[in-house]
Amino acid sequence: MANAPETSAGYIKHHLTNLTYGQTDRGWGFAENADEAAQMGFWAINVDSMLFSVGLGVLFLWAFRMAAKTATSDSPGGWQNFVEWIVEFIDTSVRGSFSGKNAMIGPLALTIFVWVFLMNFMDLLAVDHVPYLASLLGVEYLKIVPTTDPNITFGLSLSVFVLVLYYSVKFKGVGGFFGELAFQPFPKFMAPINLILEGVTLIAKPVSLALRLFGNMYAGEMIFILIALMYSGGIAMGLFGGVLQLGWAIFHILIITLQAFIFMTLTVVYLDMACQEHH
Amino acid sequence: MNFNATIIGQSIAFLVFVWFTMKFVWPPIMNALTERREKIAEGLAAADRGKHEQALGQKKATETIQEAKQQAAEIISRAEKRAVEIVEESKHTAREEGERLIVAAQAQIEQEVNRAREDLRGRVVEIATAGAGRILKRELDATANDDLIQDLVARI
Repeated sequence: MANAPETSAGYIKHHLTNLTYGQTDRGWGFAENADEAAQMGFWAINVDSMLFSVGLGVLFLWAFRMAAKTATSDSPGGWQNFVEWIVEFIDTSVRGSFSGKNAMIGPLALTIFVWVFLMNFMDLLAVDHVPYLASLLGVEYLKIVPTTDPNITFGLSLSVFVLVLYYSVKFKGVGGFFGELAFQPFPKFMAPINLILEGVTLIAKPVSLALRLFGNMYAGEMIFILIALMYSGGIAMGLFGGVLQLGWAIFHILIITLQAFIFMTLTVVYLDMACQEHH
Repeated sequence: MNFNATIIGQSIAFLVFVWFTMKFVWPPIMNALTERREKIAEGLAAADRGKHEQALGQKKATETIQEAKQQAAEIISRAEKRAVEIVEESKHTAREEGERLIVAAQAQIEQEVNRAREDLRGRVVEIATAGAGRILKRELDATANDDLIQDLVARI
């Protein structure tokens, strides 16, 4: 690799650093190392995460729009069939967990599922290839799996959280929503304790949603990186690493699908709870 | 791993994507699915109707065939009866005709016989006259045998 550090620790750290654009000591520009990226503070942006997540999102929308544009109720073509299969699957699971009627829930769930799946899928590409190509083009750091960036997962979960708050207020009113937080599980006179308990429960939703996805993908990526390290340890280690990589990749197919599905289902469940009158 | 403005960018992208899906992806596909479901339900109902109608048609056809068979049998039996009648009738007319022919033939025969008799009678008179003439010529005395000739003529 062009500028990659030679030590294992350096290799790992290199792989876990985003391509960050923000204010450096030299003015606006890309961070040259992880520490500089950290010092940029909030007003910086992980260009690689944004690029890949938006790119994959646009890919998803383009591909599904193709099927939607030519959607026919006669016998469907191959791609339409596949899209219908996914849409029907999402629709069924949404109907299973969302009791109300809302035109936004289905599309929301579909977007989350497919988009998160695609972002997770980047994990299955060999860890070194794309960053190596990028380094040839002069890009120092590149993380191609957007969901291993907590910014991405929190961006999703906080958006969901905003929707939860919006629908809670819309369906229960400000008073009702406040009542749900303050007047249970203990009687009204213990409202402060209730507020603390329920507040934690409320905040835990987006945090756990984001951290679950991030943690799983980060750990998976880390294992891929560690396996990739074995390739530098001679032929025997390299072969062993190859077998491990294959096994982990196959197992990872399950994980990325499962995580996408969990994220979608929990989003639907949280929104269902927000839309329901409390009894 | 730092929190930065990527969160905001990601949120905006997310909301835009959801909006797009909601506007341009989800409804057409769901419409197609609903429409196909209706089509299939209609098709199944039509198939059921068709089956029912087919059963009805089968029943009706069986009934018609039964009826036709019955009618055919009736017609045949009537025809047989009629045939017997016709045979009887023709036998009857034939017999009548035969009798009539016999009667006519007999009448004709009688007529012929009568005519022959008349004829014969004329001839006999001629012959007798000729014979008498010859006898008279030989005997010269015509009057002597006059009584005899008269008697002969009367006897024929």
